[in-house]
Amino acid sequence: MKAPPFKYHAPRALAEALDMTAGLDNARALAGGQSLMPLLNLRMAAPDHLIDLGNIAELRGVFEDGARFHIGAMTTQRDIEKSAPIAGLCPLLAQAIHHVGHQQTRNRGTIGGSLCHSDPGAELPVAAMALDAELVVAGPRGERAVAFRDFPSGYLSVSLEPGELLTRVSFPKAGPREGSAFLEFNLRPADFAVVSVAARVALDEAGHIAHASIAVGGVQAAPIRLLEAENALRGHAPSREAFEAAARAAAEIDCDGDDVHPADFRSELCGVLTRRALTQAATRAAGSRHV
Amino acid sequence: MSDPREIALVVNDVRHARVVESRVNLADFLRHELGLFGTHVGCEHGVCGACTVLVDGASVRSCLMLAVQAGGKNVETIEGVAAADGASHPVQAALAKHHGLQCGYCTPGVVMTLIELGRENIGKPLGEAEIRHALSGNLCRCTGYQGIVDAGLDVFGAPADKGSET
Ligand code: FES
Ligand code: FES
Repeated sequence: MKAPPFKYHAPRALAEALDMTAGLDNARALAGGQSLMPLLNLRMAAPDHLIDLGNIAELRGVFEDGARFHIGAMTTQRDIEKSAPIAGLCPLLAQAIHHVGHQQTRNRGTIGGSLCHSDPGAELPVAAMALDAELVVAGPRGERAVAFRDFPSGYLSVSLEPGELLTRVSFPKAGPREGSAFLEFNLRPADFAVVSVAARVALDEAGHIAHASIAVGGVQAAPIRLLEAENALRGHAPSREAFEAAARAAAEIDCDGDDVHPADFRSELCGVLTRRALTQAATRAAGSRHV
Repeated sequence: MSDPREIALVVNDVRHARVVESRVNLADFLRHELGLFGTHVGCEHGVCGACTVLVDGASVRSCLMLAVQAGGKNVETIEGVAAADGASHPVQAALAKHHGLQCGYCTPGVVMTLIELGRENIGKPLGEAEIRHALSGNLCRCTGYQGIVDAGLDVFGAPADKGSET
């Protein structure tokens, strides 16, 4: 089908976009359009106003700042994929991007669009959850910081107030002796994940686990962090037994299921992918000369 | 609600200025305004890749981009890939040689995707996995893909991978 009628706006500055977002009734922000355009074409969304953020230069780009780096919300997934700094600073994000959509969609799809659309099968929210991403949201009352873990608010919804726009996302740089892995199961490569797991492992000087983080996607409306399992790993040497215990915790996640991929199948995947992701992450951490 | 917009863009090296409704997508604009029917529309929601064109050199699904968003941009479609004398582009020739098309519905999107892949890897031979990865966003209901992959290998693969049989 064809998109329903709307009034199209193409602001060139964030301030202008924010005025429109706050001032226009039934307006939707258009990021890369790789989710909203299908919804428009399928007539599942019918905004009166479409505010295209694609011409706002200040919303694009990657910059470093101490121990973290920042990505503008309108930076394309393809820009992230091709960014040499990101591949070095944050391998997990680079590993996750490899699974996101197709080149034709990564060329236009943005990190901000993906995090705000919050599809349960999307990869970037899972990486953001594992990495403790921080968001900057701008609105009528100025900017506020939001921890990514507080951002998803339900199925395909996030905690943006009316008039607010996501402007940038920040991630920690990978530390010394840190490794990561992003694994997913799907029926065809590049499809949305049935289950995806992002894992980070940092080792101390003795080779024990100083810190681990595990996020699982595709199982509920928003990605899930396995905080208890992460804490249980701390101080242990990386071992099959330790990772099996984390995998058992992952397999206990109360998964949503459907006819094709029932809940118990997804639970099984959660366990298997968690064990594998932790194992790969720990191997990379041990081999990392990134000190 | 009518929301007409003036746009000017370059398509296959020709400049066009038009007034379009803002809700018209780039695929429909190319087909119905410019008469470039080579860009096919399979699903209209970003799944099949038949509508793939290059915008400023990057492959995009033209059903997921508004025509007004292409204002000021340089668009390449299947109509522009053959040489000036009409000779097929090497990707087109290889698809014909390797039976990489049957009904041809998916083919314009496949060609544009492979052209982008080649341009991004000039001088670097590509393997089957890279070609399959690049083609993951192009559905073909006829060929079973092997002929398409063989054509990609013929054009972009290392000499040892280039199939000689047809
Ligand atoms: S018609 Fe655009 S992806 Fe199918
Ligand atoms: S040749 Fe028929 S869909 Fe590909």
